[in-house]
Amino acid sequence: MELNLLLLATVDGLSYAGLLFLISLGLTLICGVFGVINVAHGSLYAFGGYSAASLLAWLLPHTASAVVLVGSLFVAAAVVGGCLGALLERGLLRHFQDRDPVLQLLVTFAAFMMLEDVQRMVWGATPVNAGDLATRLGTTDLLGVTFMNYQLAFIPGVALVAYAGLQFLLRHSTAGRQIVAVIHHRETATALGINAARVGTLTFALAGALGALGGALSVPMTSFVPGLGAEMIVTSFAVIATAGLGQITGALVASVLIGMARSLAVYTLPELEVVMPYLMMVAVLLVRPHGLFSVTAARRI
Amino acid sequence: MKSLARFVAWGAASFALAATAIAQPQRPAEIKLGMSTFMTGPASVLGAPAKTAADMWIEDFNAAGGIDGTKLSPTWIDEGQGADKFLSEYRRLAQEPGERLMLSAISSGYCNALAPVAEDLKVINVLWECSTEKVLEERRYKYVFRTGPNGTMEMVAAVLHLLKTKPDFKTLAVVNQDYAWGRDSWEIFRNTLLALKPDVKIVAELFPKFGASDFSAEVTRLQALRPDVVLSTAWGGDLDTFLRQASQRGLLKSSQFVLPLADSSLERLGDAVPPGVIVGFVGDGYFADPEFANDPEARAFVQKFKKRTGAYPNFAVYHMIQALKAATGAYKQALADNKGQWPTTEQLATTLRKLEYRGLSRPIRLREDGQALQGQLYGVTVKDASQPFPVARQLSFYPADILTPPVGQKSAEWVKTLKPALLKNPQIRRVGD
Repeated sequence: MELNLLLLATVDGLSYAGLLFLISLGLTLICGVFGVINVAHGSLYAFGGYSAASLLAWLLPHTASAVVLVGSLFVAAAVVGGCLGALLERGLLRHFQDRDPVLQLLVTFAAFMMLEDVQRMVWGATPVNAGDLATRLGTTDLLGVTFMNYQLAFIPGVALVAYAGLQFLLRHSTAGRQIVAVIHHRETATALGINAARVGTLTFALAGALGALGGALSVPMTSFVPGLGAEMIVTSFAVIATAGLGQITGALVASVLIGMARSLAVYTLPELEVVMPYLMMVAVLLVRPHGLFSVTAARRI
Repeated sequence: MKSLARFVAWGAASFALAATAIAQPQRPAEIKLGMSTFMTGPASVLGAPAKTAADMWIEDFNAAGGIDGTKLSPTWIDEGQGADKFLSEYRRLAQEPGERLMLSAISSGYCNALAPVAEDLKVINVLWECSTEKVLEERRYKYVFRTGPNGTMEMVAAVLHLLKTKPDFKTLAVVNQDYAWGRDSWEIFRNTLLALKPDVKIVAELFPKFGASDFSAEVTRLQALRPDVVLSTAWGGDLDTFLRQASQRGLLKSSQFVLPLADSSLERLGDAVPPGVIVGFVGDGYFADPEFANDPEARAFVQKFKKRTGAYPNFAVYHMIQALKAATGAYKQALADNKGQWPTTEQLATTLRKLEYRGLSRPIRLREDGQALQGQLYGVTVKDASQPFPVARQLSFYPADILTPPVGQKSAEWVKTLKPALLKNPQIRRVGD
């Protein structure tokens, strides 16, 4: 029984971790390049979810193909998240680049509040979702418990592909290696001839698309309401703080840790479920104040 | 000396006369309504439709002449902006010059906080939505009223309807939101249930975060435990998400669900809610209530609201209309009792304390502690060709008198004294079919 319980909790934990990772990935990427926590990332999550739901609602009467429908989630996320991310960088953050990091944080917070209002103007206050899609992918019985294939396999799968893809991009493509160089040291990278401004826009677009993808993949299971973006940003901040700011592998490990801790809590100490992400964060930060995977930073004078 | 005494006496008498003339207020041109609702945040699911309904109703009411010519002029406060800002805006509105009346709030937390403020400022406040029974049980107020039901009525009726619909069950699990309402409603439900059916075993008490986006761990645990009954007093997006995730994985078919606040979600969930789920209406306002199918006022309102917003009214909309009708009804009655003189705040409060009124459902009565006695409607979902989402049938109406402790007693203790004979109370009646 104990082993079964652990297995069930693992399945739930991994599925939750998958979504959490996708959202945290974008956040940690921006954190690496710009050194700022982009609070507006929560809005990108919400916009991804809402726009995917709208696209699905428009597509559903025309097609029954699960491939097209699932594909539309990615399209919605890439277009909406990518554009919005790039716009945020070009229109806003670029103008505050050399200012106090606290000011930059406040600017992203202001953007978040404005985007939240825009989202309420467009989609209203009524909960929105796209429930049919997850059902279409079928269910699997595991130890007498029914799981949806969508959350059992699809979401963790996408998260792993995103991780591998991003790692590949950063190591083997020119654009990716430029990003790494800028993360490492912006001025040196600029001196070496890298167009840091272009890299910044690219990072923001990529991060925006990833955040929006988290939202788009949630919307078949979660009802989107105003305020959901704020919830997500807080949890994913716990993830990247646990991981070490800017750490991609760290974000993967921390997502899994937090996801597992949360689902195990539901089985053993349900009262602790709500605080579990933060307990994990505190526990890790007590031992490693800069997060699990932090690298020693060169002292700058 | 004698003439001086007479002069003083005359002076005092005329002064007293003048004072009463001043005390009896002039008829104002308008009544300033200080209204609060959630316009932002997750609770705007309830707040936004209620605001639309209020604006719609006030527009019609003013067009029809208001209260003997006095119009209502609403000012809105957003409850989504946090407690500090909310309370300071509340104070500002409550202290504006002129005739004013407050209709606030949705959040039980705010209701607890604003009731003493309204009492201090001697301004009448109608708690139009919040359910916490504690606010009116823990302290006696002169100026604070609730024109809708409280949590005790809602939960006791839920237990009664569960025991009537499915008398033989052994295990129960609860999945409530982790905040005041989720916790308090569970306490009342549990104590009522254990008083009426002591052999029930509670197998899981889950309190996921308010606004949680993922309930898969809870659903898995419930599937492993297989409780006979699952209770959730969640509402809005949380209930939508929980039900959808539970339904996709077949949990609603293996356990009997009891959802006292499902009224606000049924229309959105469509097929995700199968037949046989016990649902409540947080009062007795239901657009498909067969007893009100031919009621001209209720029908006209439902049609107009549906046309304006594209949705049927939910319980928050019904509560808002009740509050507005109670407040304006009290003014009209106080005016009549006062022979056409505009009433003072005290007179209005006295009228409210024994007011009988009707929202868009059955008649309601306010009692001396400021709590309305509103009966509860519960039913079971069925699929019906008339709507693309489940409707409730096998409806029962539970009058408030049997669901609530007498004035002065506390709910938490009172529910423990309930006896199974309550189930056979002849005042409980079937509605429709």
